[in-house]
Amino acid sequence: MDAKIDYLLRQGDNALILSQQLCQLCGKGPALEEDMALSNVALDLLGQTRMWLSYAAELEGQGRDEDRLAFLRDSGEYRNCILLEQPNGSYADVVMRQFLFDAWHYFLMDGLTRSSDPRIVEIAAKSLKEVTYHLRRSGDLVVRLGDGTATSHAMMQTALDDLWMYSGEMFLYDAVDEAMVAQGVAPAVGPLREAYLSHLAEIFAEATLTMPSPDAWMQRGGKQGRHSERLGFILAEMQFLQRAYPGAAW
Amino acid sequence: MSKEWPLWEVFIRSQHGLAHKHVGSLHAPDAEMAVNNARDVYTRRNEGVSIWVVRAADIVASSPADKSSLFEPANSKVYRHPTFFPMPEEVKNL
Repeated sequence: MDAKIDYLLRQGDNALILSQQLCQLCGKGPALEEDMALSNVALDLLGQTRMWLSYAAELEGQGRDEDRLAFLRDSGEYRNCILLEQPNGSYADVVMRQFLFDAWHYFLMDGLTRSSDPRIVEIAAKSLKEVTYHLRRSGDLVVRLGDGTATSHAMMQTALDDLWMYSGEMFLYDAVDEAMVAQGVAPAVGPLREAYLSHLAEIFAEATLTMPSPDAWMQRGGKQGRHSERLGFILAEMQFLQRAYPGAAW
Repeated sequence: MSKEWPLWEVFIRSQHGLAHKHVGSLHAPDAEMAVNNARDVYTRRNEGVSIWVVRAADIVASSPADKSSLFEPANSKVYRHPTFFPMPEEVKNL
C-alpha cells in the first residue's frame, strides 16, 4: 500500500475511533456541561475524520469514499493507535485517554501545518483550531481532578498508570512514518516527542500526578492493523447498519 | 452540585452584535471553567465572539413589586418618547 494513503488512514482512524467512543458517552456525562463538551469534541473529531478519509479515498482511486472506508473496513484494515480503542471506563479514564491523545494530536497537527503536501496543510490547519481547544480542556480537567479530592487524585493516577503503555505508540515510527518524514510530509519524531513529554510533565506536575517513565515498554500494533479485541466490538456496533443493509442511505 | 458548582449567567456578544446579550445559565466550579462550559453549551454554531460569565449570586435584579414606581411614571410623559420625529432613511437600527 502507498505509504501516504496509510498515513492518511492513520490520522482518520484515530479521529474516527475516538469520536465513536465519545459518542457512546452522549447523555452519560457527569454534568450537563461536560456532556455537551464531550459531544462537541466527538463531532470535531468526526469532521476531521471525513477530511482525512476523503483524501485517502481519492489517492487510492479505487472508487471508495469516506463512508466505505469508515463502514466497510474490518479491524485488520484499521490503522488507529491502540490507545483510542481503550474502553471508556470511568470519567477519569475518559479524561486521561483524551489528554494523552490531545497533547500528541496538537503537536502533530501543528507539525503537519508545515507539511510538503498542501492538502494535508489545509486539513491540519483546520483541525489545529479545534485540537487547541481540546487540549486546553482536557489538560484543565487533568489538573482539576488530579489536584482535586483524594478519590479523584487516586482515580486519575490509576488511569494514567493503566493507559501509559498505550501512549508511546504514536512515537514508534515504522516504515510508513519514516517515508513520510523523508518526503517532508510528516514531522520528525524527535522534536515531536520532546514537545509532547515536556507538556505532559508540566500538566502532571500541576495535577500532582506521578508521570511514569517515558522509556517504559510501550504497546504497539494498531498502526499496522493489529488491534486489541476492543476494536472488533466498536466496529460491530458502528458498522452494523451498513453490514446488515448494504448501501443503505438516508 | 449546587454547592460545588454554583450557577453562572452567560452573556454573549454575537458576530455582528454591538452588545453582550444574556443567553442563559450554566453550572461550573469557577470562572475559568464557566467560560469553557459556556463555549461548549452556548457557542456551538458560531454564535459569538466574546463571552462574559457572571456568578448568578452577584446579580442584583429589580423586584417585581417595584415595577410601578420604577417604570410607570414614564408612560404618562409623552414628551419623553421620541415618537413624533420622522427618521431619515440613512439612519438604521434605532
